[in-house]
Amino acid sequence: MVVVREYEEILEAYDKAGGDQASLKNKAIASLIVHENRVLKANEVQGIRLRSEQKENGIIAELSVEEGSKIEYPVHLCFGVLPKEGLQEIVLKVDVQPNSRVSVIAHCIFPHAVNVTHKMDAEIKIGDNAEFSYQETHYHGEFGGVRVIPKAKIWVGKRSIYSSTLTLIKGCVGLLDYDFEVFGEEKSISELTVKVFGKKEDDIKIAERIHLNGREARGLAKSRLVLKDNAKAVVMGETYGNAPFARGHVDCMEIVDGEGVIARAIPVVYVKDKQAKVTHEAAIGSIDKKQMQTLMARGLNEEEAVDVIVRGILG
Amino acid sequence: MLEVRGLKLTLNGKPVIDDLSLEVKKGEIRGLLGANGTGKTTLANLIMGISYPYEGSIIFEGHDITRCTISERAKKGITLAWQEPARFEGLSIRDYIKLSRNLELREIENYLWMVGLPPAEYLNRAVDVTLSGGERKRVELASVLAMKPKLAILDEPDSGIDVVSLPHIMNGIVEMSRQGSAVLLITHGEEAVMVAKRVSIICAGKIINAGPPEEMCQWFKSNCQTCDHINIPSE
Repeated sequence: MVVVREYEEILEAYDKAGGDQASLKNKAIASLIVHENRVLKANEVQGIRLRSEQKENGIIAELSVEEGSKIEYPVHLCFGVLPKEGLQEIVLKVDVQPNSRVSVIAHCIFPHAVNVTHKMDAEIKIGDNAEFSYQETHYHGEFGGVRVIPKAKIWVGKRSIYSSTLTLIKGCVGLLDYDFEVFGEEKSISELTVKVFGKKEDDIKIAERIHLNGREARGLAKSRLVLKDNAKAVVMGETYGNAPFARGHVDCMEIVDGEGVIARAIPVVYVKDKQAKVTHEAAIGSIDKKQMQTLMARGLNEEEAVDVIVRGILG
Repeated sequence: MLEVRGLKLTLNGKPVIDDLSLEVKKGEIRGLLGANGTGKTTLANLIMGISYPYEGSIIFEGHDITRCTISERAKKGITLAWQEPARFEGLSIRDYIKLSRNLELREIENYLWMVGLPPAEYLNRAVDVTLSGGERKRVELASVLAMKPKLAILDEPDSGIDVVSLPHIMNGIVEMSRQGSAVLLITHGEEAVMVAKRVSIICAGKIINAGPPEEMCQWFKSNCQTCDHINIPSE
């Protein structure tokens, strides 16, 4: 009975987080639902293997995509902690075998958190000629009592494509310590994106690292942050051009809208091959005056104009 | 509809708008022709409320709006299309066009067609740096059309755009007048100003002549293009 109730509560919170619970119920869609350290539901489809092992404070989950499989519907993952307090440690191992294609939509839900820690340690291996996209969306409550610590190492094979987006714009962030590191082989494409809306006393640390190790590997480390109240953030975007014709770019934008906000950006561009090229742009500032005036000239008041601009940036 | 009376504004101690008066009647396209730095954009900003004059008044439909904010003026039916419109990351053209009022998809598509942008190609694109200068100006015009303003101030809608975009922009301006909006068409291009009913010529922050477009274009060519009057760029 407890499991049934937890399952229903998770589904409800999943909807609030912007997910569609019908996807979690659909048997044609691979899915995994975890509450604290309990797997409430796991569904495999052809070409996808999902294994999980319960640990004291979390789970070890393995997602494997068979060679040559093109998975039609995104795999849905849902990790949640419903009580006010808790610790959830997720170890995620992903094996995307050569010539396959899959996308993953993950929702992390902590609607009542006062003292919740969510850790993720991921290892993602993408074989040659494969495609893997990972979108993670968080839904936190308004108490700001969440510590989110996602770490990932991603190996992207030859001619493969990897993209990931972390979106944390609902509720208070709490503490975020995000660290994703990518190693791209020949002609691979890697794109890391983070979108965060920090407010109140939120403390945000983002590290995006891309190592372009193969010839003609390409990479983009992108971050978009809006900070209000007393939120503070530091963004480290690093791209390393280690091979001929590697091309990388670091793109960081932080909008500050509060007296107590502290925003920092530390881009690192590193090239050790004379034919590689890595660029960066970092902008920290208040909301663009001309954008505000344009929207206000269409009849929006100041607050509505800020809202439109922020929603656009955090998408 | 709009009466600008004796406006004065100085910048760094020098007059950029100097006792300027101008009238725009309901539904008319009024051209404002002037060389670079004569005060055209500054005047547009004063009418929209982006900056304020130190002397003079702006009367709109009988009400003094000289000290009103941008939003207040917009709510009264005034809007401005910038010479170089702002770009917005993540804001779709569809959402941008319906900022001022709720529109059905079919209406949004109509406004895009009016400025020659096929909806299927443009509706879901962002109003960001991926649009060319001409495309961005056409989107701006579609957004102004969608607002159905009583007065649209168009700041050099014809400058810096490609030959393909120009006729679409001119069609959009005529359409705006057809749907009942008054237009203050600011330009230094003689071709564009021909759609106006009357044209005023601005120099050093003053209106120095006014009349029918053909006559004013001729006068502008003869006098302003050879003039050695020192104008002050406002921006």
